[in-house]
Amino acid sequence: MKSSVIIFPGSNCDRDMDVALKKFGFKNQMVWHNDNSIPKSDLIVLPGGFSYGDYLRCGSIASKSKVIKSVIDFVNSGGLVLGICNGFQILTETGLLPGILQQNKYLNFICKNVFVKVKDKKNKYFKDIKKDILELHIAHNEGNYFCSNDEMKSLEDNNQIAVTYCNKNGDEGDENNPNGAIKNIAGIFNNKKNVLGMMPHPERMIDKYLSGEDGSLFFENLLRNLN
Amino acid sequence: MIIKVVVTLKNGVLDPQGKAIQQTLNGMNFNNVDDVRQGKFFEINVNENDEAKAKLQVEDMCKKLLANLVIEDYKIL
Repeated sequence: MKSSVIIFPGSNCDRDMDVALKKFGFKNQMVWHNDNSIPKSDLIVLPGGFSYGDYLRCGSIASKSKVIKSVIDFVNSGGLVLGICNGFQILTETGLLPGILQQNKYLNFICKNVFVKVKDKKNKYFKDIKKDILELHIAHNEGNYFCSNDEMKSLEDNNQIAVTYCNKNGDEGDENNPNGAIKNIAGIFNNKKNVLGMMPHPERMIDKYLSGEDGSLFFENLLRNLN
Repeated sequence: MIIKVVVTLKNGVLDPQGKAIQQTLNGMNFNNVDDVRQGKFFEINVNENDEAKAKLQVEDMCKKLLANLVIEDYKIL
């Protein structure tokens, strides 16, 4: 399986993602934001970071990059696109995913492990994943997901909510919502479920000695579903 | 020609920074401050002599980049 990670000025999780993808068997290539095309890929990843210093709104400047046209074409042809953290913010700013990531409710930069509940398994990202609750890492200042009532209705009607913040037992609720995101949303799909944007970083949880292995589950599962 | 634009959060959208500013002002004894909404201000120098045309262009810029219409409104001054 071939993957491409796109690097924007200010991306800083691009190499972690490269390591993670290669560890689980992807042939990964790095693609510069100013390129007009993306090499043939089964998966495109928009990594975390602070593209363009988060100027204007997080992800807004990156969403106008040259390479984004190729990303949109790839999505329209059914290709899988994964956006993590800043990548999620870029996907909402391009319009590939609905809503927006606003500043965290309590104005704090949050950097900690959280639990998320997998809400939908009828998609290539989470199909057959062994756990329903994953422990992943978040590190963001703007992860407070918001969308209009109409958008929320269509997210719910089409089962587009991918993961929600919860505790280790799977209880959602305000006390387990780190950033004020509407309905504890940590990640969503587009309506065809080939685009996934999420704030948690699976690439940071791929080593049992350093962090944890729920990220490994995510990548192993994704690779299996792509084969 | 310089066109000025103000981008603000829509009513009903949580503005934690505005809230923090309001509470700080209250703490500084500006007790009659009930609410603060923070926004963005742009001065855009458009190489165009026709004001109507320039504003039309800036409106397009607002919709495509300067404001995110999910949570923000824009006003061309």
